[in-house]
Amino acid sequence: MAAEIKTSVRAFLARFFQNVDLADDQDIFALGFVNSLFAMQMVLFVEKEFGFTVEDDDLNMDNFRSINAIAGLIERKTTAETAA
Amino acid sequence: MGIGVGHSLAQASHRVLLLDISHAILQHAKDEITNNIRLQRMLNRTPGQESVADIVERITFTTDYAPFADADFVIENATENWKIKKGIHAKLDAVCPEHAVFAANTSAISITRIASATKRPDRILGMHFMNPVPMKPMVEVIRGYHTSEATLNTAKELLASMDKQCVVVNDMPGFVSNRVLMLTVNEAIYLVQDQVATAEEVDTIFKSCLGHKMGPLETADLIGLDTILYSVEVLYESFNDSKYRPCPLLKKMVDAGLHGRKNGQGFYTYK
Repeated sequence: MAAEIKTSVRAFLARFFQNVDLADDQDIFALGFVNSLFAMQMVLFVEKEFGFTVEDDDLNMDNFRSINAIAGLIERKTTAETAA
Repeated sequence: MGIGVGHSLAQASHRVLLLDISHAILQHAKDEITNNIRLQRMLNRTPGQESVADIVERITFTTDYAPFADADFVIENATENWKIKKGIHAKLDAVCPEHAVFAANTSAISITRIASATKRPDRILGMHFMNPVPMKPMVEVIRGYHTSEATLNTAKELLASMDKQCVVVNDMPGFVSNRVLMLTVNEAIYLVQDQVATAEEVDTIFKSCLGHKMGPLETADLIGLDTILYSVEVLYESFNDSKYRPCPLLKKMVDAGLHGRKNGQGFYTYK
């Protein structure tokens, strides 16, 4: 599951980071290629692709800062929903 | 621009009626406002912030003028077309309470002329908001021929509640901002047409030598070249002065469908 999530996130990010090999823990905002609007595009992608709503408390740049962070958020949310 | 204005008002704790011509447009507006507030949250988290849903809840989305019978202040954001604006102001005038003030959000159309479509010319003024509205602290406010001091004060109080300041100017086509900006953009396009410099070079000079945040041609792409041409034509027709003649290259680009950022190609290419 974790690997599938990362593959999907990676495919989305590839649209914005052409010719950049992103490490899982790399800070994508620090690379300077993307602006703050990109953060919202990522929120909408995650919601659409994984079928949950990012709650107010999770609207935090830190949740979207790296492939690991995004995958972590998705896992927390989808596991919580399955468990509930 | 109604999206940004509605967002700013709701965030400032005002109850808002957002009127548009179709439910599909209103749904889009609601989604945009929700996502824009969520984006603000991402960028600026402070403890005790109101929930996004509570802010959006303050906005009633409607295609019906009847609820405006309770409106104290109306900000009209319709497209820059005199006939459309005239029709809206006449309808609002018939429905709204007598004390209600109407502000037309326009960058070019005469406030005095809009006021003539109503029976309350002293309670009409112009408010030229800048995009993105929630982030821009300054508004160009326009005093029409009949606009009263009381109306201006009401408008200033409303803007202050939205954390915005204003500069009040008199009614004349283009006001201050667009009369200068449109002419600057038009002249910058002449520079490209006449092969004095490329678009990048013109913009670099404005940014690096003059300290502008954006060059005139990047700005033109952002606003939309069709909108630029329309605004320049309004100035040309209003003043009948040849200094506002639209650059042939601008006309050609608009005819060719190069409208800037919104469709991916203007002076620059956007993905």
